[in-house]
Amino acid sequence: MSYDTLYEAVVIGASAGGLHAVSSLLDALPRGFDIPVILVQHRMKEDNSLLEEVLQKRCMLTVRQAEEKEPIAKGMIYTAPPGYHLLIEQDRSFALNCDPPVGYSRPSIDVLFESAAAAYGKSLMAVILTGANADGAEGTRQVRRKGGTTIAQDPGTAEHPFMPQAAINTGAVQHILRLEAIGVFLKNMNKLNQ
Amino acid sequence: MIVTTELKELLESIRYVYGYDFTEYSEASLQRRINQFMQTCQIAAMPDLGKALLRNESLFERFVQEVTVTVTEMFRDPLFYKSLREKVRSRLATYPLIKIWIAGCATGEEVYSMAILLKEEGLLERSFIYATDINQGSLQKAREGIFPMDHMAGYTSNYIRSGGQCSFSDYYLAKYGGVLMDQSLKRSIVFSAHNLTSDKSFNEFQLIMCRNVLIYFNQRLQNRVIDLFYESLCPFGLLALGNKESLLFSDRKAAFGELDRKERIFIKQM
Repeated sequence: MSYDTLYEAVVIGASAGGLHAVSSLLDALPRGFDIPVILVQHRMKEDNSLLEEVLQKRCMLTVRQAEEKEPIAKGMIYTAPPGYHLLIEQDRSFALNCDPPVGYSRPSIDVLFESAAAAYGKSLMAVILTGANADGAEGTRQVRRKGGTTIAQDPGTAEHPFMPQAAINTGAVQHILRLEAIGVFLKNMNKLNQ
Repeated sequence: MIVTTELKELLESIRYVYGYDFTEYSEASLQRRINQFMQTCQIAAMPDLGKALLRNESLFERFVQEVTVTVTEMFRDPLFYKSLREKVRSRLATYPLIKIWIAGCATGEEVYSMAILLKEEGLLERSFIYATDINQGSLQKAREGIFPMDHMAGYTSNYIRSGGQCSFSDYYLAKYGGVLMDQSLKRSIVFSAHNLTSDKSFNEFQLIMCRNVLIYFNQRLQNRVIDLFYESLCPFGLLALGNKESLLFSDRKAAFGELDRKERIFIKQM
């Protein structure tokens, strides 16, 4: 077992109101932020790359859609493509699939979080942001069960409180933080990693 | 939760006893399917699932049906079908007999889409579509050609965006909340079971369409299946993959050129 790094990946789930929240969170990450960030933002099937373009505008790290079979690299922000579930294999590469939507969502946050939990165990951080449905709650529970670190945006400060609240209601969320504090938390964990 | 060594043991014993080889499927996707199957059967642990499957053949049948089922839609990714009309049609039209293999056809939505497209392009009369899938339940649905009415609004909009030339409702009969596809489309279609992990090539084709199937396989199996497609294509034959599938990480990358990079249509190089 290697203790070289504390954290191997951050997974983020966001839905309604997510564009603004994700954008300001990623904006806070400095160059040299090493831990790969993997994002499911609920989106329309027809949105081909708008999300990535918008996020890239303010983010200092490279933002792009995860490719099927692609090995996960440090210092990258990966997004789930519209119309596909994004999963992580044991060998730390991406898998996509077209299984039916989970809770009306494809990509689904639960699907990403559950597979990430199985791949990374305790070296995973999971962050649930604003949203108007319960996607990500079950995934957060799985992350915690595997020993990963779980964070939810403070529902009182979220544009749509339902999603972070649903995750909190599972009892599996360890840290309930405002958006700016989540950014600080991630930066601190990145420093610990080095 | 499943530990991967347990998963590997399960898949090995299934291969040994039943001859179905899932050992080279994408683990992450397969694991999720198996978790769901265990939930519906109320089986808590992986070794228990293994025992149950090996003892009970009908349970295994159900397992195969649920683990291999895929979902699709008509004129899925309309711009892909538009590209078929604009870039592929003229190539297919040069052949006196057009043979098309739709591998992993699921419940047939894309097969009927292809037949409609060929009909509108005046090619259906001299086309043969071989539609195959591993899943017998899916194939049966595909053969029947009956689809839920509430999907039709979305399909109609796909059809229009794909460059459809008629009224989509001309191609089906609506009754009792379902639609029956125009049965004359089926005259050019053969539905048949084919397992991409173990079965061989069975003809030579001008176009092979295999969309959103390879993503369920690991790289090694993807390579083998792409080899199979290569061998099954005529010179300059076309291979159409799903929107997020590529030959990027494949061994056969150099054996194919790109006819439409964005819509993932490749052309066999000689």
